[in-house]
Amino acid sequence: MGNHVANGPYVGGETHPEPIREGHFVSDEPAKLGIFLFLGTEILLFGGLFTAYLVFRVKYPQMFYEDHFRLDRILGATNTVVLICSSFTVALAIASIRRGKRGLLQLFLALTILLAATFLVIKYFEYREDFAGGLFPSTDIFFSLYFMMTGLHAIHVTGGLVVLSAMLYLSSRGKFSERYYTPVEVAGLYWHFVDIVWIYLLPLLYLVG
Amino acid sequence: MAEKGSNDYKVYAVVWIALLILTGTTVAVSYVDLGFLNVVVALLIASAKAALVALFFMHLKYEKKLLLGFALAPLCFLFVIMSGTLLDTLFRR
Repeated sequence: MGNHVANGPYVGGETHPEPIREGHFVSDEPAKLGIFLFLGTEILLFGGLFTAYLVFRVKYPQMFYEDHFRLDRILGATNTVVLICSSFTVALAIASIRRGKRGLLQLFLALTILLAATFLVIKYFEYREDFAGGLFPSTDIFFSLYFMMTGLHAIHVTGGLVVLSAMLYLSSRGKFSERYYTPVEVAGLYWHFVDIVWIYLLPLLYLVG
Repeated sequence: MAEKGSNDYKVYAVVWIALLILTGTTVAVSYVDLGFLNVVVALLIASAKAALVALFFMHLKYEKKLLLGFALAPLCFLFVIMSGTLLDTLFRR
């Protein structure tokens, strides 16, 4: 196991983390603490926008009520289903590599990426419909918040799509095994966060007047 | 450290179905006029969905308490920020 030139940073000079004892799982705890720390900053980032939503909703309840009907509830719900399924597939991906099943890892990562792309395509059609209907960020504060919050979220979906694609590429190169799959797990945790943000965006923007 | 039973596929599947059902419910309820209860129900359902994703998909139910702390602390800060801003909005405007 490991490389012939042993000048890496890990135990025994390995350049790739290896178990210290045969079959012993390498701790991924620091990485998980790290990603949750980062997700904390993301919670506050979106939190600022949710706070703005709260303030302006309190100030202009009638505007929020009337405006929200102009959003397509069915497309919003469809996108919610798409993201929920993508969280399911990425969880399955991790469950698979935990058992060392590399093929399934790649399959489920590919499905997740496909669903992420689907979300973005639906969002594109939604925005196109909105613009065609004369709805822009400058229309009023409700639509300003709508475009800002879903737009920022869509940027996060795109970023997640890129990271997941990188994971798919690395897994195709055999980088992951049942003893080491930390990057996939970290990417998955980020992806679940993106799903959770949308879970709150759906009712606040599309469903509740 | 990742001792998972052989049934995590099943747990994920059950959670997935629950999430889909909750999504359908929240959309259906949005067509019924319950007055201000609409907001309450919608947020409760959304929080239930978020909790399911966090506890099961993100594995927080099975992780060390420290990790759960890292995940919850930002929410506490957010609660403080939102409460303070809301109070300010309601009583100064």
